[in-house]
Amino acid sequence: MRTKIETNNVHLHYGDFHALKGINMQIPERTVTALIGPSGCGKSSYLRLFNRMNDLIDGVRIDGKILIDNTDIYAIPQSEVDRLRRKVGMVFQKPNPFPKTIFENVAYGLRVNGLKDKKLIEGQVEKALRQAALWEEVKDKLKKSAFELSGGQQQRLCIARAMAIEPSILLMDEPASALDPISTGKIEELIYELKSNFTIIIVTHNMQQASRVSDYTGFFLLGELIEFDETKKIFRNPEKQQTENYITGRFG
Amino acid sequence: MISFPTQVDRKKRFHQAIAFWIARIISYSILLILFFILFFILKRGIGVINWEFLTAMPSDGMTKGGILPAIVGTLYLVLMSMVIAFPVGVLSGIYVNEYAKEGAIKQFVKMMTNNLAGVPSIVFGLFGMALFVNRLGFGASILAGSLTLALLALPLIIRTTEESLKAVDDTFRHASYALGAGKLRTIRKVVLPIAFPNIITGLILGIGRVSGETAPILFTVAAYFLPKLPHSVFDQAMALPYHLYVISTSGTNIQASRPIAYGTAVILILIVLGMNLLANFVRSHYSRKVKMK
Ligand SMILES: Nc1ncnc2c1ncn2[C@@H]1O[C@H](COP(=O)(O)OP(=O)(O)OP(=O)(O)O)[C@@H](O)[C@H]1O
Ligand SMILES: [Mg+2]
Repeated sequence: MRTKIETNNVHLHYGDFHALKGINMQIPERTVTALIGPSGCGKSSYLRLFNRMNDLIDGVRIDGKILIDNTDIYAIPQSEVDRLRRKVGMVFQKPNPFPKTIFENVAYGLRVNGLKDKKLIEGQVEKALRQAALWEEVKDKLKKSAFELSGGQQQRLCIARAMAIEPSILLMDEPASALDPISTGKIEELIYELKSNFTIIIVTHNMQQASRVSDYTGFFLLGELIEFDETKKIFRNPEKQQTENYITGRFG
Repeated sequence: MISFPTQVDRKKRFHQAIAFWIARIISYSILLILFFILFFILKRGIGVINWEFLTAMPSDGMTKGGILPAIVGTLYLVLMSMVIAFPVGVLSGIYVNEYAKEGAIKQFVKMMTNNLAGVPSIVFGLFGMALFVNRLGFGASILAGSLTLALLALPLIIRTTEESLKAVDDTFRHASYALGAGKLRTIRKVVLPIAFPNIITGLILGIGRVSGETAPILFTVAAYFLPKLPHSVFDQAMALPYHLYVISTSGTNIQASRPIAYGTAVILILIVLGMNLLANFVRSHYSRKVKMK
């Protein structure tokens, strides 16, 4: 399998605070990778590297190499960052639809990236909503405010919004942490289906979720990547004692 | 299980009740005073208001006739000063909140804006006279008066814009950036629509302030008496607050002008109220449009 994302000896500092300490990882294309680890270990910081969302935080310093499709995404000019973000979609921990209609939420990314044709936009919106398993629930109220949806529906709307512009990578930061078990189940099914088209990285605190949806798992502790391997291996017989302790719930 | 002494609860409830009643009495008395003022002015002024009062020129040394030129002058001044101050103020607010880097310069700009808001309006009047009337040669004119009033309203509008933008949750900005939107697009399509209903509040406050001010227009535009309506922005104009001041203090016959003075006050209040209602309508229209629910 082709390597989609690769990080070589990546360090991240927030001011004086050393949040990521020399992370090396290779993520194959069209797979799901779960990032696990106790709170504050750096999972979100690591995830935000891939669409350069850390750039928005004052005082961040990033060292090392981060390659997507063999391109160093920190060596590209500033003007290319928007294009990078089109390729690397993100779903946030808390559902954050825009205060616009359901339709406009999904169409936003398309418009931002220059699409004007009304028919094309409509088709793309429907496709994304279907992919996000939301179409049947919202097809009659596309003009209603996104805020009228339930939390679980809002999160699936955010997934549709991210997918509408057809990124090749989807970053998900605890996408189901604010949701009930049924909505969570729907999102997990969704992730499973999306795998055939996207490379997905998902941060989760839920061990069952990690083992259910992912092909690879990385375990972080205090800014270090302790272990990265196939999910089966991590959950059946991890190399490191710390990994075993964490997934069996002995700390964290 | 521990049992908490019930006295504490009772005492707490008692204190809360007292505080609540004090707050209630204070807010009701303020309302009462407000209504009393309105009632007082309406009672004395409403009698003189009729079609002629609204559409005629003053006559007989301003003891008779109407106040048309003052109404027209005030409307011109309010509209024009807002047309100037609103875009400039909103753009500055956007710059300060969205673009300026945290640091000494931003702090300084914010401090100056706040200081400007506290400068007495007569000082704005003097400044307007020195700069617009004399230096730039606009003379005493609607243009000079509007610019002076715009300066007065500017800090208010900048500050409201800033606060409204700050209140927009960063998660919306992040969602937009994550979809490949640039900064300008994010501000225009996501941040501003959310903040707009609140920014309109700045406009409302600005209108309220501008339409009632006398000092800034005293040396820059206001005329004691003009027999005709202004034709261009370089003409002088009469204005309601100044007219009120003139006929209550230095008219030819102050006693005889009294009813007209109260009538003028009523019209001034109605204009301010009307503008506020309009701005409120726009505000609620927009908040419905951005689907905040
Ligand atoms: N903007 C920031 N400024 C300064 N320090 C930060 C910032 N964001 C995160 N950190 C610090 O970096 C470390 C890693 O944070 P991060 O959010 O990546 O952890 P996480 O693994 O995602 O935790 P959680 O599971 O609670 O979401 C934490 O110690 C945190 O305090
Ligand atoms: Mg996190």
